[in-house]
Amino acid sequence: MAYLPQQLVLGILIGGLYGLAAAGLSLVFGVMKALNVAHGELIMLGGYAAFWLFALGGVDPFVGLLAVIPGSLLAGAILYWGLFGFVVRLPEEARIKNSLLVGFGLALALHALAVKLWTADERSITTPYTGTIFEIAGLTVPRVPLAGLAVSLLLIGAVHLLLTRWRWGQAIRATAEDWQAAILVGIDVRRAYLLAFALGTGLAGAAGSLVSVGYSVSPSIGLEWTLKALVVVVLAGLGSMPGTFLGGILLGTAEAVSTAFVGGPYREVVGLVIILAILVVRPQGLFGSRA
Amino acid sequence: MLDVRGLTAAYGDLAALTDATLTVAPGEIVALVGPNGAGKSTLLRCLTGLLRPRAGSVAWEGTDVLALPLHAIVQHGLALVPEGRRLFGHMTVEENLGLGAFGPRARAARAASLARVYAMFPVLADRRRQVARSLSGGQQQMLAIGRALMTAPRLLMLDEPSLGLAPRVLEAIFATLVEINRAGLAVLLVEQNVRAALTLAHRAYVLEGGRVSGGGGAAALLDDPHIRRAYLGPLAR
Repeated sequence: MAYLPQQLVLGILIGGLYGLAAAGLSLVFGVMKALNVAHGELIMLGGYAAFWLFALGGVDPFVGLLAVIPGSLLAGAILYWGLFGFVVRLPEEARIKNSLLVGFGLALALHALAVKLWTADERSITTPYTGTIFEIAGLTVPRVPLAGLAVSLLLIGAVHLLLTRWRWGQAIRATAEDWQAAILVGIDVRRAYLLAFALGTGLAGAAGSLVSVGYSVSPSIGLEWTLKALVVVVLAGLGSMPGTFLGGILLGTAEAVSTAFVGGPYREVVGLVIILAILVVRPQGLFGSRA
Repeated sequence: MLDVRGLTAAYGDLAALTDATLTVAPGEIVALVGPNGAGKSTLLRCLTGLLRPRAGSVAWEGTDVLALPLHAIVQHGLALVPEGRRLFGHMTVEENLGLGAFGPRARAARAASLARVYAMFPVLADRRRQVARSLSGGQQQMLAIGRALMTAPRLLMLDEPSLGLAPRVLEAIFATLVEINRAGLAVLLVEQNVRAALTLAHRAYVLEGGRVSGGGGAAALLDDPHIRRAYLGPLAR
């Protein structure tokens, strides 16, 4: 078995998940100019939702998405209404720092809540098909992460279509570009913010489901996923869903391939080094449209 | 139909507009002239909800504009072509125009408005799939006006439309404004190019130091000695 190509396959598989995890963060950041550092905790909650649906109701995690995604959308709307809606009322330059405060507070609260409710144990969904593989051209492809990649691609495509074809999707993009001009054409920008935040949370919920079936969830995975998502957002730049997805694949691949050269413990470093290199050459990110 | 009374606005402690009163009647072109920092743009920002005034009232066809939710102002027929155009630069020409017809009333007239804008600015029709920021300055100004027209306005407000445009392009755009006005649309024009503005307008207000310091028929103002000295002198365009 060729080691490097095999690592490449695994990198692409986890990269799709990175892309999905980052898509929601990118959307919220791009539109609201507010950084939701609790994004990873939302992923964690999505993971637990899928886990309990499976453990208590026997719902297959991929079928469970049909409940987790709408639930996350609703949770996002509530979070916006109760929390992040106050942040966007601030002047643009004061938003980032206030969103950090709100986000860190939310992250701590959700983490503590998850420990209290579900203990600090690591949990993952073991379906009958977990761990099954097939082989192509001598490469081993695990089925669950492959299905995860397909779901990620599908969801990113769906959000991309929403943002380009749907009337309110266009309004969200317009608000991201220039919220004052958006008001001038009659867009209720608060509603655009609400929709963007709900969509972002929906994507986080979906990503969480895939994490709990392909990998594992515990109350403390939030920060790790926020950082991964942030790395992808910086890497890919704002403004394009397909770009964010490609950024995720790129990070996953780079991490996996580098494992072959520098060993597993350093894979986190690889992402940061790539960011640094890209920021030097292209400050707007690889696929970013902002000048 | 537009009745602005005692409008006072400030940025922080910095007074920008003091007790401004003006009206625009149906079918009129009214120019707002004055030096840089006189409060002209501030006034337009107040009329479109981008800035909340400290005092005063804005009545538009009997509606209290200052009481409307921000996005609803344009849906009542008050459209602004903002300074610097403020297009959605990464979206296509057609997407920009489509967003102009976002409100329910404008959406009902969308197809007709689009045909009208494309007839008025054929170059926009040629470039409908191009992203807005790839257009030339003049084309961007046309798109900004087109986007405002898509909102189905009854009063079109323009903030410094001449900024950064070549004289020939400016002439074409001003000719379009006359055409739009003949079709029944009232126009409120803020312009630093005083001669061009006064030639175009029926009536004008002079704004100096945040106060309305004068006004009257545009033709009379062109002959006014103070205006001539301050704005149309040898150094003016």
